[in-house]
Amino acid sequence: MFSYTFHWNQALKALPQMLDGALVTLQVALLSMVIGLALALALTACRLSGNRILGGFATAWVEIARNTPALFQIYMAHFGLGNFGIHLSPYTALLAGIAFNNAGYLAENFRGALKAIPDTQARAGRSLGMTSVQAFRYIVLPQMLRIAFLPVTNQMVWAILMTSLGVTVGMNTDLAGITQELNARSFRTFEFFAIAAVIYYLIAKAVTLGARLLAARMFRY
Amino acid sequence: MIEIQNVRKSFGSLEVLKGIDLTVNKGEVLTIIGGSGSGKSTLLTCINGLEPIDAGRILVDGTEVHAKSTNLNKLRSKLGIVFQQFNAFPHLTVLENVMLAPRKVLGLSKEKAEENAVKQLTHVGLGEKLGVYPTRMSGGQQQRMAIARALAMSPEYMLFDEVTSALDPQLVGEVLDTLRMLASEGMTMICVTHEMKFAREVSDRVAFFHKGVMAEIAAPEALFGAPKDPELQKFLAATH
Repeated sequence: MFSYTFHWNQALKALPQMLDGALVTLQVALLSMVIGLALALALTACRLSGNRILGGFATAWVEIARNTPALFQIYMAHFGLGNFGIHLSPYTALLAGIAFNNAGYLAENFRGALKAIPDTQARAGRSLGMTSVQAFRYIVLPQMLRIAFLPVTNQMVWAILMTSLGVTVGMNTDLAGITQELNARSFRTFEFFAIAAVIYYLIAKAVTLGARLLAARMFRY
Repeated sequence: MIEIQNVRKSFGSLEVLKGIDLTVNKGEVLTIIGGSGSGKSTLLTCINGLEPIDAGRILVDGTEVHAKSTNLNKLRSKLGIVFQQFNAFPHLTVLENVMLAPRKVLGLSKEKAEENAVKQLTHVGLGEKLGVYPTRMSGGQQQRMAIARALAMSPEYMLFDEVTSALDPQLVGEVLDTLRMLASEGMTMICVTHEMKFAREVSDRVAFFHKGVMAEIAAPEALFGAPKDPELQKFLAATH
């Protein structure tokens, strides 16, 4: 029988604590995106380099990041590396795991975006006397970033949601970690997780909206 | 002076240039005509060093284009090239399109580059379009912008590769007028074109390419008036 009594007041009292957690969540997600974007650019450069070792390394990274569970990637960063005596804190391991995952997905987004830009663009730059690096930097890259902007936004949302996997490596300061601890103390599972879900939802929506406004400002063409 | 000496070039098993010899003097306007696959466009991209060659050599003012020691980027600022596709940079305004290479390659200051770009764009009739993004313009306007972009590098030679072939018929005229203007100003030009009337009127010499060979080269009156090569006779009969 359905005999559960909701205790929203009790749950809502913990809201300030949860919002503090949400800030940590946002911080991890943002940092993981910044690192992920830098890594993805480096991976893209490796793939374009024509060097087989660099290219193979980048492809392996992308393959693993995209075809294994994000949970495992975070686990590996914490417990896996721990086996080799490299001990990352839950925060660092979570950040590293998500950044690894982001880099793989973003590198693949960049590859798709690059395919959409005709070779003749770089060629036109070369014909004006630019080096291949200049042609990439000033002609191809800005166009690539525009095409990849929406997928990058999606990945940012995905990164926010992935932070919740931190509970599995003992992360207890982000939204999911705090929610889990509150839950363990009170067993008000439904209330706490429902509130946390709303907060995740709102953050994700805010990011999407913010990205859209940013795109409208940045891309006038 | 551009000297082309016994240049050969293959794509896979297909030989597209079978030993081309040709010299273009300073101030000369040379047009190259011929059917598709005759090798005329390939020759232009070889002159500019965008394509390697298999044999022979190309000298631009005595510098061998395909020599390892040649600084191609430096050489290319001397050799403007405009393609069939306009290759406008869509993320930059018309003004920025023209300013980019002078700033990054020649190292001009922003003010200098802008002044120069405005001058070139005004010259090709786009002085009113400076802040517009190229995708908002017609093909003819984009192509004229591409010409201004090449001219902004102060090239000594201009190579035009079928620059009107991708245009709607009503837009061809404005681009050809721009080329005529450049020719009348004494620019050294090699134009690959299908516009026979234009070739006739603007050229000092016209070359006819057929299957990778330069089958005939002569002043326009002679080449169009009394063609000697049988393939050229067929070609002219078909295009008229």
